[in-house]
Amino acid sequence: MTVEVQGLVRRFGAMAALDGVSLALEPGEFAAVLGPSGSGKTTLLRVLAGLDFPDEGRVLLAGQDVAAVPARERGVGVVFQHYALFRHMTVFENVAFGLRVRPRRHRPAEAEIQRRVTALLELVQLPELAARFPDQLSGGQRQRVALARALAIEPRLLLLDEPFGALDALVRKEVRRWVRGLHDRLGLTSVLVTHDQEEAMEMADRVAVMDRGRVVQFATASELLAEPETPFVAGFLGEAGRLVGEVRAGLLLVEDVGFTGSVPLPDGPAEVIVRPGDVRVLAPADFGDLSPIAIGKVRSLRPVCDGAWRVVVAMGDRVIEGMAAGSPLPRGADCVLEVTRLVVFGANASGRAIWTANDPGHRSLGAGHQGFFAVD
Amino acid sequence: MSTTLALPFAVPRRRALPGFGLSLGVTLLWLGVIVVIPLGALALKPWELGLHGVLAVLLDARTLAAFRLSFGVALAAAAIAVPLGLLFAWVIVRYRFPGRRILDAAVDLPFALPTAVAGLALTALFATNGWLGQPLQEWFGWKIAFTPWGVGVALLFVALPFAVRTVEPVLRDLPADMEEAAATLGATRLQTLRRVVLPALAPATLTGFALGFARAVGEYGSVIFIAGNMPMLSEIAPLLIVVKLEQFDYAAAAAIGLGMLALSFVILLSLNLLGRALRRGTA
Repeated sequence: MTVEVQGLVRRFGAMAALDGVSLALEPGEFAAVLGPSGSGKTTLLRVLAGLDFPDEGRVLLAGQDVAAVPARERGVGVVFQHYALFRHMTVFENVAFGLRVRPRRHRPAEAEIQRRVTALLELVQLPELAARFPDQLSGGQRQRVALARALAIEPRLLLLDEPFGALDALVRKEVRRWVRGLHDRLGLTSVLVTHDQEEAMEMADRVAVMDRGRVVQFATASELLAEPETPFVAGFLGEAGRLVGEVRAGLLLVEDVGFTGSVPLPDGPAEVIVRPGDVRVLAPADFGDLSPIAIGKVRSLRPVCDGAWRVVVAMGDRVIEGMAAGSPLPRGADCVLEVTRLVVFGANASGRAIWTANDPGHRSLGAGHQGFFAVD
Repeated sequence: MSTTLALPFAVPRRRALPGFGLSLGVTLLWLGVIVVIPLGALALKPWELGLHGVLAVLLDARTLAAFRLSFGVALAAAAIAVPLGLLFAWVIVRYRFPGRRILDAAVDLPFALPTAVAGLALTALFATNGWLGQPLQEWFGWKIAFTPWGVGVALLFVALPFAVRTVEPVLRDLPADMEEAAATLGATRLQTLRRVVLPALAPATLTGFALGFARAVGEYGSVIFIAGNMPMLSEIAPLLIVVKLEQFDYAAAAAIGLGMLALSFVILLSLNLLGRALRRGTA
């Protein structure tokens, strides 16, 4: 089912929880809505579910505007953050609820309800717990019951509101994969609301990053990491070091670090984002004949996988994280940083540039000096 | 002495919460002085009459009529107080409106008011020349004061706060997402109320019923003013006890008291067991 929202605005008093949100999902897509708390992601989900209504904008499900249709008429499956299971009903009755409350002419016969609920409990791998009450289940089991209950009404759109938050880390990983598998098998369109970027990037086809009531970028995980559209996205997703720079006549100068490179941005202050994976930490001796302008000091390091190290380098007051291979540099040792990629945001949202070390356009700067940071 | 012996049972058991001995001691002392000794005396006193005498008092037509009235009307008042209390609690918890706090506080007034004052006020209101009694009499021909109906009004008045106050906190803590989940599954408001909200409130409702009943069955002050106190018709059991006391027939008064105690105990125990069965599903 296609899911589209256009220009959604939802105000609570003076504050706008949604401030012009537009999104469009493909049928069968698994989308994640990712953002810090208070960014409006849960409000967006509630508007999609019909539990909250926008002040402005349209909600299109399968092309139909449902902005004014209440939840019970939308047929959208929702898994709530704390599962919201009916405590006084057995697991079986919880799952059967959506079938039992149908108007009499649409209600399946009792035998059919039995059959369908049993099938759903098998789908979520809990057939033996049908007679239990929610309080007698573990967190993971409750979550599966909540999922089976939401699926009982055969929704074409499934909404998941931070559904894995209450699970411990090990169970969470397994359940995530299983839920994604279920989505693919049942041909659902799903929206996952989360503040966990790992979860969003692992499960979703595309991730909508929200900040202060707006969707700032809606793209695949790799696009979000490689080509973030705003400094917020760059800082929120993945690990990022932030540096302050300045653009003068097309030339980027990074403060304290002394790095220069050319970027197609207008003059003015710039925000520079550097990912640890794009920084190689080298011993000065390994740097070859090229004499570095200046050198940082290794502050700490930890192994990440065989032969590779994650190194925290202090350069004056600044700290930059990078990767090193081979034998570890001792703490406090001098080192040189070789940077292969930078994301640069111009002042006042004037644009974004991505600088890479092997970009032929930058060769003229001299390969020796452009590839590393240095301090005086 | 025992601590010096290295025997497992001699080692003083340490508890995470200190003060168990002291607090239990005080509780038992209090319970003994205030509850057990008076009730024990009540249980012993009637037998001065012998078994036959006790049965004669209890099976007397006037006593039976008083019991029927007291327990019947108390149960009815509690049964009416429960839905009313639910509605009251619902309004106080779910909606925000000017005057809500005043309404909230007014619920507790029957707790605080001397029951005799309440009885006088209700009598004045429902008497045939009262503000409510007169129109009811003229329009419908209903007579409330000085009839069993008057007893019902007085008992409802004292039972209602219990019904409200037991349901209210549970309703307040009822997570809103359960109702939202029901809505996303296609349930109408009525279905949500009937299948989700009310069952969740059932144990508290039952407790409210039991408390309301217990309070109503023992009520004296407000009832005697409005009931008319005609033997066999509108005479409640507690009043009959007072009547016996005024005749210096202490043993007979105690026998009626013991009968009330036994009957109340049976009713409250069965309500308690029912509540336990209800809770089994949810806890």
